[in-house]
Amino acid sequence: MGMIAPVTPKSWYLPSKPHKFCPGCGHGIVLKALGETIDELEIQDKVVFGCDIGCSLLAWNFFACDSTQTHHGRTTPVMVGIKRSRPELVTIGYMGDGGGYSIGSQHLLNAAVRNEKVSLILVNNTNYGMTGGQMAPTTLPGQKTETSPFGRDPELTGYPTKGPEFLAELTSDKAYVARATVAKYKQLKRFLRNALRNQMEGNGFSFVEVLSTCPTNWRTNAQQTWNFLEEEMEPYFPVGELKSPFGKGDK
Amino acid sequence: MARIMEETRKAFITGNEAVTWGALAAGAEIMFGYPITPQNEVMHYWTRLAPQYGKGFLQTEDELSAGFTVCGSVQSGKKAFTATAGPGNVLMQEPFGMAEAMRLPLFAVIQQRGGPSSGTVVYSQQEVTLTTFGGNGEGHRIVYSTASHQEIYDYTIKGFNTAWKYRFPTFLLGDGYQAKMREPLEMYNPEDRGIEMIDTYPLIGLPGHIGENREPQHLCNIYSLEEELYEVVMRVSAEYEAISPELVEYEEKECEDADIIVLSHGVVSRAADDAVKELRAQGIKAGYFRPITLRPYPQKQLREAIAKSGAKKLLIAESAYGQLDRLTKQEIYGETIKIENLFMPGVGIIDYDIISKVKSSL
Repeated sequence: MGMIAPVTPKSWYLPSKPHKFCPGCGHGIVLKALGETIDELEIQDKVVFGCDIGCSLLAWNFFACDSTQTHHGRTTPVMVGIKRSRPELVTIGYMGDGGGYSIGSQHLLNAAVRNEKVSLILVNNTNYGMTGGQMAPTTLPGQKTETSPFGRDPELTGYPTKGPEFLAELTSDKAYVARATVAKYKQLKRFLRNALRNQMEGNGFSFVEVLSTCPTNWRTNAQQTWNFLEEEMEPYFPVGELKSPFGKGDK
Repeated sequence: MARIMEETRKAFITGNEAVTWGALAAGAEIMFGYPITPQNEVMHYWTRLAPQYGKGFLQTEDELSAGFTVCGSVQSGKKAFTATAGPGNVLMQEPFGMAEAMRLPLFAVIQQRGGPSSGTVVYSQQEVTLTTFGGNGEGHRIVYSTASHQEIYDYTIKGFNTAWKYRFPTFLLGDGYQAKMREPLEMYNPEDRGIEMIDTYPLIGLPGHIGENREPQHLCNIYSLEEELYEVVMRVSAEYEAISPELVEYEEKECEDADIIVLSHGVVSRAADDAVKELRAQGIKAGYFRPITLRPYPQKQLREAIAKSGAKKLLIAESAYGQLDRLTKQEIYGETIKIENLFMPGVGIIDYDIISKVKSSL
C-alpha cells in the first residue's frame, strides 16, 4: 500500500529532513507553522532566520532560507544588527526560554524597549532541553528538573518568568506580543503571521512565546506530555495576544 | 564611494577623533557601541558626523550586544565596526570568538585602559593577551598596535580592508594616551593615496530566488562531531599561517650592530625610539624593534635582527606585567639571547626609564 507523504512547506530545506528533534518535541510543530507562514507571506527569499544555542540550534539548517546560528542568548542582537543594516530583510530570531529569558534577557528587554523591527519566537518548554533538563526561568513551581531535583521552590528560586507579560509592559503600541501553544495550531499560525506582518509593515518589535513539549526531559509519555502542556503550563502561562497593532487582542 | 574630504588636510585632533575620521574615510557604514572610557569619543564624534554622511549608529545595551550586532551587520554585508576597552573588551571576546569561528570581517578599535577588573580609565598595555588570544579559540585574529595618530588614521582604513580581504576579525590596538591626546596628522581620502577599498558583500540576505537561481545560506559555528571541528580549525589555521607573511608589519632601527635591542610596541615604542637615539648619542649600541602587528607576530624579522646584530640582550619594555614578553618568547622560542624586562603595568614609560634600564643591564 502506498504511503501518502505529508505536505511540507516550500520554505523547508529538505536535505535536512527528517529533522533532529526528539520524538514528541514541540519544535517541529512550531517550525512547520513558521514554514507555512513564510510560504503564505511569500517571503522565503527575504527571510534571515537566526537560531540560538539549545534545542533551537537544531533548526540552523531547517529552512531553505538564509540562516545564521549564534551564541546562547545572542540571537536577538545578531538579528538587530542585520535588521538595522538591511531593513528590507525579514529577520526571525528563534530561541528557547533559557536563551531568551535568562542569558539573553538584557538583549530581549532592550530590543523590545527600542522597538527593534525584528520578529522573535521563543519556545517555552519549561527547561533547558539540550543540556539535559536543568531548571529554566519558566520551570513551574514544584516541577522537578536536574537542578531542582526536589521540585522548584519559589522561595529559593522565584516564580516562572512571564515573558510576554513583561514585554507587553515595556513596548510601544507598535509592538506585537503574544503567547501561543503547540496545542492550538491554527492560533499559533495566526500569531506567527501577525508577528511577521508587524515587522514587514515596519511597525516594530514582534514577539511570540510558544508553549511547547519536552517529553525527553519531562520523562513523560504521550498522554502525560499533552496533559502537562494543557493542564499545567497553560493555566500559568495564559495563551493569547497581549498587544497587537492589528486591532483587538485575540484571547 | 563618497569622498569624505575634498582634499588631504592637516588636523590636530584626539586619537578617538582620528578613529572616527579614519572609519568615515574607509567607508564604514554603521557603528555599534557601548560607553566605556577611554573610547567614548569615538562614538561621540561618530554620532555627530555620521548623519552628515548617511551612516548608522546604535548604542546597544552592553558590549556583548555591540559585538554581536556588528557580527550580524557584517553578515548582511555592511562595513560595521565597534570600539571598546578594558572590561568591555572582556565581554566582547564572546562575539569576537564568533567572528573568528565564522570568519566574519569584524573591525574593532581597542583603547586599552588599566587592569585587571575595572583597573583605571586612563592607560595601559594590558589588553595584549586578551586582544591577540582572547576567547576559546586559537587567536586567528589580526592585531595592529598603533603608536601615533597618523597610524591610528592609517590603520583604521587598513583595518577595514584587512578584515574584508582576509575575513579574520581585525583589531586596532590603541590605548588611553593615544585615545585622549591631541596630535597633528594628515587626513586623506584613501583613493588619493592609491588605496583601493575592498568591496563588501553579504553572506546572508543574498539577491536572487532560492531554489531558482541560488541556494539558501546556512551559517553556523557549532559542529556535531569532533572531526568536523578539527577539519575546520585545521583549515582556518593553515589559511591564517599562509597569509601571515603578507600581513606582518614591524619597524626596526639601528639593529645592525646593536649590543642590546629594545623591543616595545604601541605608544611605548615612541619612548624606545627616543631612548635608542639618546643611547647612541652617548656611544651605547642600542637597537630598536617594534612589532606593528602583534598577531601575526613578526617573529622571523625579530630573529633576523637578533642574528645580524649579534646582540647579547633583548630588553622588552611594556606598560603591562609581561604580556608582550610572553607573546615574544613564544614566538622566538629557541633563541638564546638574554631577555631583560621593564614592566610598568598601567603606567606610562618615558625614554629616561628605558635609558636607565639599558645602562643597568649592560
